[in-house]
Amino acid sequence: MSTQNQSENNLIVSSSPHIRDFDSISRIMWAVVLSLIPAGIAGVFSFGYYCIYLVFLSCLTAVVTEIFILLLRRQPVVNVIQDGSAVVTGILLAYTLPPGVPWYVIVVGSFFAIAIVKHSFGGLGNNIWNPALAARAFLQVAYPTIMNSDWRVLVKKGMEKFACNIANVDVNGNLIDAVTTATPLTKEVVERTYLLGQLFMGNVPGCIGETSVIALLLGGVYLIYKRCINWYVPACYIGTTFIMARFLPPRIITPWANDSFYHIFAGGLFLGAFFMATDMVTSPLTKKGLVIFSVGAGVLTILIRFYSGYPEGVCYSILLMNTATPLIDRFTKPRLYGTKLKKI
Amino acid sequence: MLRVVKSKLKTFVGGIHPKDDGKSFTAGKKVVPASLPNKAYLFLNQHIGKPAQPIVQKGDTVKKGQLIAESQGFISANVHASISGKVVDIAPWPHPIAGVKLPAIIIERAEDDSWVEDIAAIPDIDHNISEAEIMHRIKSAGIVGLGGATFPTHVKLAPPKDKKIDMVVVNGAECEPYLTCDHRLMLENPYEIIQGLKWFMKCIGCNSAHIGIEGNKKDAYLLIKDTVSKESAIKVDLVEVKYPQGAEHQIIKALLGREFKPRQLPLEVGVTVINVSTAFAIYEAVKYGRPLIQRIITVSGNGIENPQNFFVRLGTPVKQLLEDAKVTGDINKIIFGGPMMGIAQGDIETAVTVKGIGGIIALRKARKWNSSACIRCGRCIDSCPYGLNPSELSVLSEAKNFDLMLESNVLECKECGCCSYICPSKRPIVHLIKFAKAEIAKQEVRA
Repeated sequence: MSTQNQSENNLIVSSSPHIRDFDSISRIMWAVVLSLIPAGIAGVFSFGYYCIYLVFLSCLTAVVTEIFILLLRRQPVVNVIQDGSAVVTGILLAYTLPPGVPWYVIVVGSFFAIAIVKHSFGGLGNNIWNPALAARAFLQVAYPTIMNSDWRVLVKKGMEKFACNIANVDVNGNLIDAVTTATPLTKEVVERTYLLGQLFMGNVPGCIGETSVIALLLGGVYLIYKRCINWYVPACYIGTTFIMARFLPPRIITPWANDSFYHIFAGGLFLGAFFMATDMVTSPLTKKGLVIFSVGAGVLTILIRFYSGYPEGVCYSILLMNTATPLIDRFTKPRLYGTKLKKI
Repeated sequence: MLRVVKSKLKTFVGGIHPKDDGKSFTAGKKVVPASLPNKAYLFLNQHIGKPAQPIVQKGDTVKKGQLIAESQGFISANVHASISGKVVDIAPWPHPIAGVKLPAIIIERAEDDSWVEDIAAIPDIDHNISEAEIMHRIKSAGIVGLGGATFPTHVKLAPPKDKKIDMVVVNGAECEPYLTCDHRLMLENPYEIIQGLKWFMKCIGCNSAHIGIEGNKKDAYLLIKDTVSKESAIKVDLVEVKYPQGAEHQIIKALLGREFKPRQLPLEVGVTVINVSTAFAIYEAVKYGRPLIQRIITVSGNGIENPQNFFVRLGTPVKQLLEDAKVTGDINKIIFGGPMMGIAQGDIETAVTVKGIGGIIALRKARKWNSSACIRCGRCIDSCPYGLNPSELSVLSEAKNFDLMLESNVLECKECGCCSYICPSKRPIVHLIKFAKAEIAKQEVRA
């Protein structure tokens, strides 16, 4: 629908309001891209230059897929590419994958994120799940061996030349320590392998962009400062996880089972809390809804970590809460001015 | 002074405030008279309600302040000649707010600019004027709400018997960006505003009033507070600098904490709201018997070299005001009213001033925004002062799902524009809601 007309004498006649806020989708998205850079740098320090290649490949696939689908759907291409949402999805997907994944895994995942998760629901703003996380969940099912257990095989198969953290892999590609094994939350790990300081700095095994808490925190604080995300989403999410981890009895007793700090620093909680749970499209609309959403995600994270077979608490908790978003929206409608607050 | 800064200002939930509100262009400038128009175009319909009935004919000679069109029925207002001269035509003319041609009385100016004899003969009154006389003078002066809604003021003076008015709220918030006409009026005529308010209160039989002034007009606040220092019945408060703080619902909520539905009138909660400009017009009408033939209009915007607050005779062509304020040639948008709720004009040549317009904003390089899909950021919901879900409403409007929009209270929207302003997707939310309301009205007519 055309909302603006140019009259004969060059005057624009349009509907009020005639001034707009400076903020725009592309400004928000590119701010997110910028805020993700520290975590990427931390990833390269821990896992090697191959990470850059993976992130780049992921973004490229996302953008190309987006262009392709937009052409298929006969939608304007330029504006949508400019808004940067495909790039954000590409980066986030790469950040949630192990540093040793083969290139085709990331291409498949990135394609899946844009083509299936995003565009089959109607493109920007209409997807139900966070594209990056849903693609990760898909890859988890499609490539369980690569995603879950032993990436040492992959490292031996020629990743060594990318590895910057040479100390962990010798010139022949033999693994020296366990840096490229799965997340520190793997339940088979019975010893407490990592110190909190290590976890905070990010020099631990894990996925490309999730290990360095300090880098993620830096990006997250920048986003809050830029008003791109609400502070209470990560605060409620991390806070709930912290409290739940302290008081809930775990199924498998590990040395770090009820160590709250270990739980919030290990795994992808900070990445999820600052960059995935705050995804506007797939989270509730109102502040009240967002609090319910993030507290729910925190509860689910610990439930999954304590009582399920996977350590994948963050990924699945956010996806599950994404699914509940329409329901939350329904029960957290703003109060209509002039009416009494309805009791639910 | 320090205490003022520290105190927590009263406000409402929601709303926005533009970072650069453009008020500094004109806030410091005294109100000056605009040059007299060669031709004045006076619409019969300058208010909400029935248009007035012309009582002059083509070829008649009229004097300034002479009644030229009589109000028709209760919700209607008189129209007076704003200049002395000759009625050259009574013909349809493009109405700047209605957007269609409506009948207007066109007066060509004569040299002499003196008041009509009736008004010249009315003596200055003493302060013990009777309620009936106040009522009569307000009604015959054709005063309407000058805050923009143009509700005839005499209607407010006669509330339904079952509604008790216990508070008059005076709106000095002036929350629209760029506009400073009320600010200047409060600085230059504080006594007149308060006197007009007192007459209004006397007439309505209400003995308490509450004045709300936005925090960015502390000078006006201190002056008004000083003026009413001896009146215990009139309270003055600063309200938060936030748009739409000056809307009836928001200022009542901020000052008194009372709420009523957006489609109801304030008298549902025992309140009547008048604008400071209206109070000033009441003073002029009651004290001197002067009808409403001029008002203060802020002429501003980045297309104006010399932004000013003007005393403008009603019906003055906008082109002349823009020349008075030195407009640059390449403006591409002219807004009647403020930039948040004002109406963009398609033609400078035909646009003229009417009673409800407090500002004319001329913009150079006004932008067109490309809108994209809603990303559900929820900012529109946070900004909506009425507790609506603009995001949902805009999507439903695009899908033409008007039944669901009715269920989502689309009719409670006052079109303040906060949602469209804040939207990062630059969605034309207000436009979509206006469209849906029009379609719903059409369906109701058909049904």
